[in-house]
Amino acid sequence: MLWLALRLPSLPLDIFRRAAQADTAFAVSGGEGARAEIIACNKKARDKGMQPGMPVSAALALDAGLQVVPRDAAAEQAALERVAAWALQFTPVVSLAPPGELLLEVEGSLQLFDGLGSLRRQVAEGVQALGYRAIVAAAPTPLAAQLFARAGLPVLIRHDDALRVSLARLPADVLGLPAEAARLLDDIGAQTLGDCLALPRAGLARRVGERVLEMLDRAAGRLPDPRLRYAPPTLFSASQPLPAPAQEAEMLLFAARRLLAELCGFLSATAQGVQRLQFTLSHHGCKPTVLTLSLTNASRDADHLLNVLRERLDATVLPCPAIAIALRSELLLPVACRSASLLPDAARHAEAAAQLVERLRARLGDAAVVGLKTMDDYRPEQGWRACEPGTQSHEAAANTSRPLWLLDTPRKLEENNEAPCYEGRLALLAGPERIETGWWDDRQVERDYFVARTPTHALLWIYRDQHAGRNWYLHGFFSCYWLFVTGCWLTALYR
Amino acid sequence: MPAVSELSLDAVLNHPAIWRGNACARVAQPGMATGFPELDAVLPGSGWPAGALTEIYAERKGIGELQLVMPAAAALTQAGRWVTFIAAPHIPYAPALAGQGLALARVLMINAASAEERLWAAEQTLRTTCSGAVLLWMDHIHERALRRLQLAAEEGGVGLFLFRSAHVAAATTAALRLHLSRAHNRTVVRVLKRRGGGLPAPVALDLHPWVRFSAPARSVPVVEPVRRAAAPIQPI
Repeated sequence: MLWLALRLPSLPLDIFRRAAQADTAFAVSGGEGARAEIIACNKKARDKGMQPGMPVSAALALDAGLQVVPRDAAAEQAALERVAAWALQFTPVVSLAPPGELLLEVEGSLQLFDGLGSLRRQVAEGVQALGYRAIVAAAPTPLAAQLFARAGLPVLIRHDDALRVSLARLPADVLGLPAEAARLLDDIGAQTLGDCLALPRAGLARRVGERVLEMLDRAAGRLPDPRLRYAPPTLFSASQPLPAPAQEAEMLLFAARRLLAELCGFLSATAQGVQRLQFTLSHHGCKPTVLTLSLTNASRDADHLLNVLRERLDATVLPCPAIAIALRSELLLPVACRSASLLPDAARHAEAAAQLVERLRARLGDAAVVGLKTMDDYRPEQGWRACEPGTQSHEAAANTSRPLWLLDTPRKLEENNEAPCYEGRLALLAGPERIETGWWDDRQVERDYFVARTPTHALLWIYRDQHAGRNWYLHGFFSCYWLFVTGCWLTALYR
Repeated sequence: MPAVSELSLDAVLNHPAIWRGNACARVAQPGMATGFPELDAVLPGSGWPAGALTEIYAERKGIGELQLVMPAAAALTQAGRWVTFIAAPHIPYAPALAGQGLALARVLMINAASAEERLWAAEQTLRTTCSGAVLLWMDHIHERALRRLQLAAEEGGVGLFLFRSAHVAAATTAALRLHLSRAHNRTVVRVLKRRGGGLPAPVALDLHPWVRFSAPARSVPVVEPVRRAAAPIQPI
C-alpha cells in the first residue's frame, strides 16, 4: 500500500480566495462577538502584522481595509468533498480526513501516471489549478503520510525502513496531542516521535494516554488503519462566492475556470462527459441569471467548456453585478476514453468539428449554424433541408443537372413577346424538364424547367408555371449571382 | 568538372538555384488540385494554395465562381475535412452539391448577419484542425481583418476562398487572386496575382460541360407543355 496525503493547509481561506485574481488583505475569523479572532489570513495580511489568534478588532486596527469573513465549516467540507471527487481520476480509493486532508491510495496508479514523482507533480499542479494551496506527501501508511504533510514535508517514502527513520525525526507536536500531554512530552525531553518510541511503552501509555501509542503504531504500520472510502455523488454541483461583485466576463470566467476544472476531474474519474450544464449567477436584489449550455457531444474538456461559456457570457447582459457563481451538471453521459495519438485521426476531427459548432452556436445562435441534407422529393424547394451538421444524406438524391444556387423564393421574370427576359432576352439551352408533383400537400407544383443563358453568358435555371398565367420564374443560378442577397434565408428555413 | 556539352539545357533550367521570371514559384507545400489541369498548370504548387487566402473576383454574375472550387471541395469532404460556407448569397442547393461529389455530412453553413460576426466565424473555422476549406462571401473587408484571416488560414493550414465582386480590386495580401470573366461560352480565369510573380496567359475553362451550348443563341421557342413527370433534362 502506498498512500498520498493531500493537505490543504489554508482551506478556510482558499474557499473564499480562489476566485480572486487581485491580491488584497483577507482574513477568516472564528468565534462570536468581541471574542472573534483571526483563524487564517493571507500573505498580504501577514505582511501588515496580522497573524492567526489575533482578535479581529486588533487586526482591523492594523488595517481598516482588511476584509474579514466568518469561517464557513460547511463550505470547507463541501470543498473538500469536491477535491476528493476530482482526485478520483488518479485512484479509485480516496478517503476524506477532515478538516482539510485527503488520502489517496496510489499503489495501483503508479504505472499509469509514470511513477510516484510524476503522479505527485500532477496531483499538486491539479490542486493548484483548482485554486488551493496543497502539501503532498507519500508514505506506506495513511497516518504517516498525513503526519509528514502536517509537518510540511513533501516527502515520498516507499519502504518501511525509510519510513521508520523519517518518522523518528518528526517533531512530536504533529500528533496534535492535547496541551497537557504535549507539555508532558516536552518536559521529559521527548521532542521527536523517535524519542517517544524510545520511551517504555507502558509508562508512556499511563502518562499521556493509550491514544498516543496507538497513533504511533498505526503510523509505523504495526496496527491496521482502515479508512472509509469516498463515494462520488451522481451529479456535480458547486458554488463559489466571488471576492467582489463582478460584471466583467473575465472575472466571472476566472471563477468559472476553477469550477470547470473540478467538474472535469469528476467527469474523468467517473468516465463521463457533460452534455448540458447550468451556470447560475447570483445577484444582490435581483433574480439570478441562469445560463444553460447544451453541447452537441458530451465533453469533459475544461478549455472547450470555458470557450463555450465565454461566448455565452459575451452575448449576455447581466442586470447587475454577480456576487456568486454556481455550476451544476444537468445531463451526464458516458464517454469512451481516448488514447493519446501522435497523428490526428477521424475521432479527433469529429470532436474538433463538434466543438467548433458549439462555439459558433454559442455566439450566433442555433439556427445560424447548420448542415445540409438532400431529401427525396422532385420539387426543387423540397429537395433539401437544413439539419444538424454532420447528418448523412441519401446518396440517391444527388443530381448533377441542378444549379448550385437556389433562390429562396422564385423570382418572376419579365416577358417580351412571351419570351423570358433577364438582362435581355434569354436563350433556352436545355429543357423542358417537367416537374408535376406534390398533390398530396398544399405545395403542388406544375412546372417546366429550362437551362437559360443571359446575353452576358450567365447560366440560369428558370421555369414556366403551367398554372394560370403561365409566367416565367427564375429559380436558380448555375453559379453565384451577386445582385440580390436574400439575407437571412437560413433562419427562415431551418426547422 | 563535367564538360559543358554534357549539360543539357533542361538540366540547367531545373537547377534549384535558377529562377525564371515566367515560372511558377516553388512552394514548400503542394496545393490542393483544382480539378482543372489547365488551371493547375499555372498555379504555384499545382493547385489551390493550402493554408492561404485565395480571392476570386467575378466580373459578371453567375459565370461559374462556385463551380471553380467544387472539385477541390469535393475531394476535401471525401477525405473527411469540413467545407464551410459563410454568408452564402443564396441557398447552396444540396442535391447539386451532392452531384458535384461533396459529402454533405462534411458541409457546414454559417449565416451571420454582421461583417464582424462573419469574420469571427471565419477565423474560428480556420483555426479548427478538422477544416479543409472556408468559402466566404464578403465584398468589403478591412485590410487588417483580411491579414488576420490570412494568418489564421496559415496557422490552421486551411484554404480560405474569398468571393468578391470584380469592382472591389484593391491590392491585398492574398496568396492568389483570380479574375473570372466569360467569353465564347467558357469561363476565362485570369491570374491577377500568384506567389512567385509572373502572370500567365488567361485560362479558359468549360465549367458546365453537361450543358451543350447551341451557338448562336436561337430565339426562344414557345414551348408547349409536355405531359411527362420529371423527365431527364434534354439538350435542345
